[in-house]
Amino acid sequence: MRRVIYALLATTAVALASGPARADTKDMRIAFSNNYAGNSWRQAMLKSYGAVADKAVQDKIIGAADVFTTSDKEVPTQAAQLQNLILQGYNAIVINAASPEALNGAVKQACDAGIVVVSFDGIVTEPCAYRIRVDYRALAAKAMDYLATKLPKGGNLLEIRGVAGTSIDDDFHNGTLDGLKKYPQFKVVNSVEGDWDETTAQKAVSTVLPSLPEIVGVVDQGGDGYGAAQAFQNGGRKQPIIIMGNRQDELAWWVQQKKANGYETWSASSAPGVSTMAFWVAQQVLDGRKDIPHDLVDPYLAFTQDTVDAALPKIPVGGVATIEYSQDDAKKIIDDNMKK
Amino acid sequence: MSVSVVSSTKPGGAGVLRVRRTLRAVLPALSLILILLAIWHLNARAISYFGLNLMLNLAVPVALATVGQMFVMASNDLDLSIGTFVGFIGCITATVLHDSPVLGIAIFAGCIVVYALLGALIYLRNLPSIVVTLGMFFVWQGLAILVLPKPGGHAPDWLKALMSLKTPYVPFPVMAAVVIGVVAYVGLMRTSYGAVLRGAGGNAVAVERAGWSMLKVKMILFGLAGFCGVLAGMALIGLTTSADANLGNGYTLLSIAGAILGGGEFTGGRVSPIGSVIGALTLTLAGSLLNFMHISPDWQVAAQGGILIVVLAARVLINRAGSAA
Repeated sequence: MRRVIYALLATTAVALASGPARADTKDMRIAFSNNYAGNSWRQAMLKSYGAVADKAVQDKIIGAADVFTTSDKEVPTQAAQLQNLILQGYNAIVINAASPEALNGAVKQACDAGIVVVSFDGIVTEPCAYRIRVDYRALAAKAMDYLATKLPKGGNLLEIRGVAGTSIDDDFHNGTLDGLKKYPQFKVVNSVEGDWDETTAQKAVSTVLPSLPEIVGVVDQGGDGYGAAQAFQNGGRKQPIIIMGNRQDELAWWVQQKKANGYETWSASSAPGVSTMAFWVAQQVLDGRKDIPHDLVDPYLAFTQDTVDAALPKIPVGGVATIEYSQDDAKKIIDDNMKK
Repeated sequence: MSVSVVSSTKPGGAGVLRVRRTLRAVLPALSLILILLAIWHLNARAISYFGLNLMLNLAVPVALATVGQMFVMASNDLDLSIGTFVGFIGCITATVLHDSPVLGIAIFAGCIVVYALLGALIYLRNLPSIVVTLGMFFVWQGLAILVLPKPGGHAPDWLKALMSLKTPYVPFPVMAAVVIGVVAYVGLMRTSYGAVLRGAGGNAVAVERAGWSMLKVKMILFGLAGFCGVLAGMALIGLTTSADANLGNGYTLLSIAGAILGGGEFTGGRVSPIGSVIGALTLTLAGSLLNFMHISPDWQVAAQGGILIVVLAARVLINRAGSAA
């Protein structure tokens, strides 16, 4: 008897946990407003989004998922695009925004029209919208943790910064500073600007390299690791541990060095597939979930010595590693965020 | 372009001239109506108070910038800097004007003076306006980044309230467009000094021989362009509620395209205030139409160019038919 009661309680608990009856999203439409498609990260972002959203439409989870890219990178063009999407009666808009602030007017209009707005990568600060960010500060701190385990004695580091004045560069830099505080045996002896671009990074590192003492590690922001490696090679210097950023050329170089001389490092970056996370968040909100926080953190995608070999063949040449979230993955990330 | 606006007041061939001018004047309105019909066909609920408000509110700053460009074009010049100027004004609006209105208005007045001085510089040194304003393009952009290194700021509340005004029956952007068009039309086409201003582009020598100061004319035309640019920047911030240093960069090409679409010419001082406003509305609505048609984004720029070519081709045909008759 007792067992039966327990079983009954358990079923009730499950029923309660799954919540009240949800709104049906199979007739609802989600639009994706994108402001730029001109680099490998954005291309991967659109491809992942297309794959996941089209499948959701086929599976009748969502009525329609259309993608709109503006013809230029201008803010007013995207603001007009948002207003046109409002007029077309979409239920939700997923957006990679041209400006964190200047689209707030149009975003507010969308919210006022009862439309769910989910921003990612290029987020919008309007409170009514959802924001999915990647915690670059934690990523950079994690890179310092990795260096500390590999090089317990510490040593000289070279820092490669991203595009000046962006929040991403600021976050990375602060994460590195956090790590330096935690591991005082490391010292940044020079800092150059690589702009997340291999050529720029190679030029910048080559310029300062002759004047530098022995470097044990390079802390960077992704898109610059391969360029740094080239600079060290051309300068005739021993390769330090260069933190990588999931670009295909970076990982290919790593795998090749690993085979040749057992080179070890760590790689991490934001996944372009965060667009699919935004899609599922929009779907979940349309599904009647009111408990999702408006500020969500998407975990970064990292590769280690053991996982890099398997990952490399899946990345197109000139591309960047990505991950496509399923509805369950997205729910799990939302739950992780709610626990914080 | 043998017929300039000034000489058209002479008698002779008036009938043919009138037909041709009417056709030319009606053409921009016709393209606007065609686009409205197409939008109505694709998405009927867009042609409503709510829909027109949404589709056209961003046309208000475009229309103001276009009228500004038109003043410069009236003297055979081009203003390539109007886009970043609008962006700079936007940054000032969201920061200085918001915090201390008096200082903000003083800066705006200073900007208009700078514009008038540019007109003087171009006239006195006989410089190509394209070179001078291209230089100013970078000056305004640099200043905008100095004022607002990263996106932010807040639109003054009164400006936000004005731009989101819910007027009875007729949507606010439509009313604003009518007011802009009528004011520019009356000022430039229906006053005696307006005729002098237009004459500057048609036949500067004649205007000067008649005793008018060309220096003053250029300064006034550029000053008016600056004034319109200030209004455009403020209107834009009233809509976006927050600023970005790169906010207005696209407005240079939009304003030129709008003025041309509305019946203006690069030479001869031939401009049309009402046409310019209609041109700005047409360009904005063309964007909406392409969006409703679900045209692949890769083709949207080309499609916008296509609309321009069609309208301009129609105009050339009308001109040819006119000369043949």
